[in-house]
Amino acid sequence: MASIVLRDVVKEYGDGFLAVKGVSLEIADGEFVILVGPSGCGKSTILRMIVGLEDITSGDLEIDGTRVNDKAPRDRNLAMVFQNYALYPHLTVFENIAFPMRLAKGRFTDEEIRERVTRAAERLELTEHLERKPGNLSGGQRQRVAMGRAIVREADAFLFDEPLSNLDAKLRGQMRTEIARLQRRLGTTTVYVTHDQTEAMTLGDRVAVLRRGELQQVASPRALYEQPTNLFVAGFIGSPPMNFLPGRVEGDVLHLPVADVPLDERLRAAVGDRSLVIVGIRPEHVEDATLLDDARADAGVRFETDVDVTEWLGAELYAYIPFETAPEVASKLEELDRDLDGEGMRSQVVVALDAESRVRDGDRAELWFDPARLLVFDPESGVNLTRDDEAAARIDERNEELRRASLKRAQERDRADGEASPAQERAAS
Amino acid sequence: MGALTRRQRAWWAVITVLVLVYALFPVAAIFATSFKLPSDLNSGRFLPAQWSWTNYEQILVGNAQGLFLSALRNSIGISLIATAIAVVLATFAAYAIARLDFRGKRLILTTALAVSIFPVISIVTPLFNVWRAVGLYDTWPGLIIPYLSLTLPISIWTLAAFFRQIPWELEQAAQVDGATAWQAFRKAIVPLAAPGVFTTALIAFFIAWNDFVYGISLTSTERARPVPAALAFFTGASQFEEPTGSISAAAVIVTIPVVVLVLLFQRQIVAGLTQGAVKG
Ligand SMILES: Nc1ncnc2c1ncn2[C@@H]1O[C@H](COP(=O)(O)OP(=O)(O)OP(=O)(O)O)[C@@H](O)[C@H]1O
Ligand SMILES: [Mg+2]
Repeated sequence: MASIVLRDVVKEYGDGFLAVKGVSLEIADGEFVILVGPSGCGKSTILRMIVGLEDITSGDLEIDGTRVNDKAPRDRNLAMVFQNYALYPHLTVFENIAFPMRLAKGRFTDEEIRERVTRAAERLELTEHLERKPGNLSGGQRQRVAMGRAIVREADAFLFDEPLSNLDAKLRGQMRTEIARLQRRLGTTTVYVTHDQTEAMTLGDRVAVLRRGELQQVASPRALYEQPTNLFVAGFIGSPPMNFLPGRVEGDVLHLPVADVPLDERLRAAVGDRSLVIVGIRPEHVEDATLLDDARADAGVRFETDVDVTEWLGAELYAYIPFETAPEVASKLEELDRDLDGEGMRSQVVVALDAESRVRDGDRAELWFDPARLLVFDPESGVNLTRDDEAAARIDERNEELRRASLKRAQERDRADGEASPAQERAAS
Repeated sequence: MGALTRRQRAWWAVITVLVLVYALFPVAAIFATSFKLPSDLNSGRFLPAQWSWTNYEQILVGNAQGLFLSALRNSIGISLIATAIAVVLATFAAYAIARLDFRGKRLILTTALAVSIFPVISIVTPLFNVWRAVGLYDTWPGLIIPYLSLTLPISIWTLAAFFRQIPWELEQAAQVDGATAWQAFRKAIVPLAAPGVFTTALIAFFIAWNDFVYGISLTSTERARPVPAALAFFTGASQFEEPTGSISAAAVIVTIPVVVLVLLFQRQIVAGLTQGAVKG
């Protein structure tokens, strides 16, 4: 068990490329932290610096309070699961899992090694594959072997580099919950790199969002979703992504391409004396006005619009509404789109309506949203002007409480299991 | 490919037999001839009238012994040394080509290719003159050096293809698992590279072993003459006897190691030869 601290860590590659530009991050003992960001933002680089495969150009890396910048990977006692698993093809599954223990000469007897491998294999349902070679296993099985190799020697922390990206969607879902369960039971500090939305939101206690080697925001998934610090985080978290619209301020009204919003106190404060802002609204916060009861409908903003295309997905219905963007913000939004690995799509609003909605392609629809859900961003800096720091802090606090509680529960359950089968408990100690 | 119909299978069988007969008939003829008595040579029959070891006795212990055994020693020694040097050099070159990015990488590969397709016969005469001038004529190094020009290019190509497929990330995985840099190389990389190096060595050895043109042109005595060249200098037991029987026996003896090695390692050899073409 260990805490990991990064202090102003910088990475400049040999060719002069600045891949990580001063990242500071404190990871508590037992915490599950996700590093997320678009391709090339430096996620793997950070992970590889933590594990020691990449030199740190400047800054400090501490594991459990000790500076480890200059320690070799083998002296850091961390376990890593690589994107392509990096299994040893010439060794059997058993020997692959036993590999780290065999290297630690003298620390483990053959008996111990066999016990630990068997136990890890049981936990990962690999028992009947122990004598096979990795080349003959399925993708999911290989993934589990890589996990087995990581958990078997009780490393101080687990580092995962997109461990599920080579699996198909269904298997990914299964392994995701498996990883979450395992981490809770073992309570091992974990850093997990991904660019998958779902993994980022569901697995992590905290999520660190990176953009071009710079940390944008570190917060609980919920705080990221509700209180993003800037355009980038707002656009990156959530699927389908948040809609960004130019908002023109005239007196007490905020004109959006699709609707006019009266400025209430919160929005007024956010807008300040700007005449043009970028307004963000999440697809799931727009609803079909005809399906709402009157009380609720009156509390928000109703608007009529032409729907271009609809997609019915069973649980919800996506409607696409094209709009003309304002030239003053077009370049900012294009830049954002590029940062987010977007495809330079035409400007359109995506809304996720109730599946009951009768809106179809080409309809003129009456839609509704609650202005309290709108986020307002500065068109130049991209800063979220509506962010409520206190609310964000509250969300994070609550999240931390929940984390401790669930960690404790999982370990109590584990202990209860252990007492039920004393043989297993002995093997563990 | 689906299952073959009976007709197709019959056709394949016929074709296979034809190819086998075409390829193996000369070998079988030499084998049969090597057991014939001198008197039996012109009988016009395929199999010897009486199986006899005379020819083998003659080249191994008889009066052709000096000629053959020294040639055999030359062949083995020269081929092994040429193979060893080629494999060591090619391993370094291929490692650099597969793992590092440096200027002139393409140049090395194309040069190697150009050397390997350059007709041997066109350099053998100039080489003959140069070797005489520098004193390499009729020596082991005088053959080892040209053999390197045959074995190095193909070794570099096959090994580079092999090394490119090695997942080098394993080295890093091993380091994270607690290995030192050297342990990581030895435990994670060497076991994967070894089959490739071994196959390359086999292929290089065959090339050197089978050479005839350099062997006959750059040697003049038993000091360095390899077996394929020495066969041409065999004489019969007397001036009037043809040496066909002894030549056949010698040919069989030099073919045996090749056949044994190929039979033992055919899977590796095929894998090695197709390595670059088929992505695993
Ligand atoms: N060895 C290297 N030499 C030079 N530049 C490198 C090297 N490795 C990575 N980079 C650069 O550093 C940046 C960050 O790379 P990194 O692999 O950390 O990205 P990533 O966030 O993991 O992306 P992905 O999601 O695609 O894996 C990239 O722009 C990449 O081009
Ligand atoms: Mg990466």
